[in-house]
Amino acid sequence: MSTLESALRIALVGNPNCGKTALFNQLTGSRQKVANYAGVTVERKQGRYTAPSGRTVDLLDLPGAYSLDAASPDEAITRDVCLGIAAGERRPDLLVCVADATNLRLHLRFVLEVRALGLPVVLALNMMDAAARRGIRIDIAALERELGLPVVETVAVRRAGAQALVERLDRAVAPSALPAPEDLHVEVRRLLTLCVSMPSSTAATDDAIDRVALHPVWGLVLLAALMFLIFQSVFSWAEPLMEGIEGGIKALGEWSVQSLPQGPLRSLLSDGLFAGLGSVLVFLPQILILFLFILALEESGYLPRAAFLLDRLMFKAGLSGRSFIPLLSSFACAIPGIMATRSIQDPRDRLTTIMVAPLMTCSARLPVYTLLIAAFIPEQTVAGVFNLQGIVLFGLYIAGIVSALVVAFVTKRLYRDRSEHVLLLELPSYRVPHPRDLLIGLWERAWIFLRRVGGIILALTVLLWFLSSYPAPPEGAVGPAIDYSFAGRLGRGLEYIFAPIGFNWQISIALVPGLAAREVAVSALGTVYALSGSDETIAAELGPLIAGQWPLATALSLLVWFIFAPQCLSTLAVIRRETNSWRNVAIAAGYLFSLAYVASFITYQVTRALT
Amino acid sequence: MGNADPIARRLRDLGFVRGETIKLVAQGPVGGDPILVQIGFTRFALRRSEAARVRLQPAGETA
Repeated sequence: MSTLESALRIALVGNPNCGKTALFNQLTGSRQKVANYAGVTVERKQGRYTAPSGRTVDLLDLPGAYSLDAASPDEAITRDVCLGIAAGERRPDLLVCVADATNLRLHLRFVLEVRALGLPVVLALNMMDAAARRGIRIDIAALERELGLPVVETVAVRRAGAQALVERLDRAVAPSALPAPEDLHVEVRRLLTLCVSMPSSTAATDDAIDRVALHPVWGLVLLAALMFLIFQSVFSWAEPLMEGIEGGIKALGEWSVQSLPQGPLRSLLSDGLFAGLGSVLVFLPQILILFLFILALEESGYLPRAAFLLDRLMFKAGLSGRSFIPLLSSFACAIPGIMATRSIQDPRDRLTTIMVAPLMTCSARLPVYTLLIAAFIPEQTVAGVFNLQGIVLFGLYIAGIVSALVVAFVTKRLYRDRSEHVLLLELPSYRVPHPRDLLIGLWERAWIFLRRVGGIILALTVLLWFLSSYPAPPEGAVGPAIDYSFAGRLGRGLEYIFAPIGFNWQISIALVPGLAAREVAVSALGTVYALSGSDETIAAELGPLIAGQWPLATALSLLVWFIFAPQCLSTLAVIRRETNSWRNVAIAAGYLFSLAYVASFITYQVTRALT
Repeated sequence: MGNADPIARRLRDLGFVRGETIKLVAQGPVGGDPILVQIGFTRFALRRSEAARVRLQPAGETA
């Protein structure tokens, strides 16, 4: 072996939700997403660490698989890498088969399948702490002997919990010499009898929680209450923080342009950067609160339960309970949501889920919703406890969900699909989310958001400022300078298309850069209004400004537009990649645009007739 | 369970084989579908159409 190839290539394999990614993070120091449900990892991830001997190890994290007889796209990735038939990928030198020590009956079967591949295999018995708590005792020496594989204990979520594994991997491992058993299940039963003693088959707390959480009535009540609580909190908890950020930005904006002379630089800073970026930055607290809930739910193991409760409803609508988690992730962003559909076995269920995922209200739409709701919906308390603005926000989310169900239903009808679809979903044990993991998750989300603000949103805002400021108006022109600029003319042109749904030229302009990132629609409005107003207009106050200028019908129409509009090029790109078809992209963009236009048209005309 | 049926094959991989004990844990809110069954340490949500592929005997008798 040449020195260049001397890095040892190790792949982590195992059943879904056994802790492969947590081990991967522990070994390589990465921060790949981990959560408590099957199918978090849907693509191969690569990392690297240095063994105590100084040898470099290339570590591959693979999606979980119940069997090498792959049933879904993510399982196929694992199969191909293990068999060495993945395109452009060298077969691993060694496999670490990870098994959940509390779930050995299921997981050992896969271990036997992996052992038969003929590669050197090390078995990592993960979650040994949970096994010990439940009184499960495993005779490691006997298991090693009977399996013919080295076996190490790990606790992937604990610091240094993978130390034994690192040390074992540093020594030579030979492929198992034992013949493959005729019936894997018989062999698993033999191994369990010989090596494992367990007092009871489930955790008592799981049973107790599930009696309520899966109850036909209380389960649904709990789910609805939980969802409602999330949207109430997004609105009411974030408010003081948002006011703080808003005030800070305004003060900073005023202070920093104070010493500058009138001119392009001053305009760029106050109209472009502070008016544009500031209006987006304000939404950081709301996005973090939303993510706090999503992260906690993901960690707890509740999400597959919700999928169980909703399966029938989603099946009627042409989806599957399996679509629930990808669709819920789409509330954060449709891109990871669409990628998460790889764990859906049925190709048609998967395609339908991908097509409706953009209807889930992603966090980038939150700034638009919040801006409009705060400006147009009075702050009132309904029935003593509920915040009216929170209820409207909840309603917008519900509108997205309902339209997704309707679209899925129509799709099912169009394809006249009567074939069988599968659910087959494993429900994991509950886990209390670890505060440290939640904080790391939130920190990462905050960082991603700030990078977006400092990257694409900043770039587009500056570009828009330029297009809205040049060419400068001719001498002696009347009216705001923006009327003479590129953006002003473009907006006036687009207004012909959007006037029937109530959008003025400022909104029409803002929709264009919103294609690259939805939040930019807000920052673009900030910039456009700052430039079209008189010099004294203080730009940070976009909300009161539009509240005074737009009719209610326009605001509602814009809200409805954002439920549907396919205004995100990255989402369209991911649809193209995951379905490998431009046709699907065209269908998605076409139907979303038509729905948006029709729904906004109705909203605008009806509201105008009523007010 | 036929070998050509991918759902049956998957069920067998998940441990739905002769001689295992299955317990019904919960039923879905609408029409009792899907069902939640416990096999070994693991709980699986299955639609009734999927579960119909598993042949059962009342507890106490051996397969």
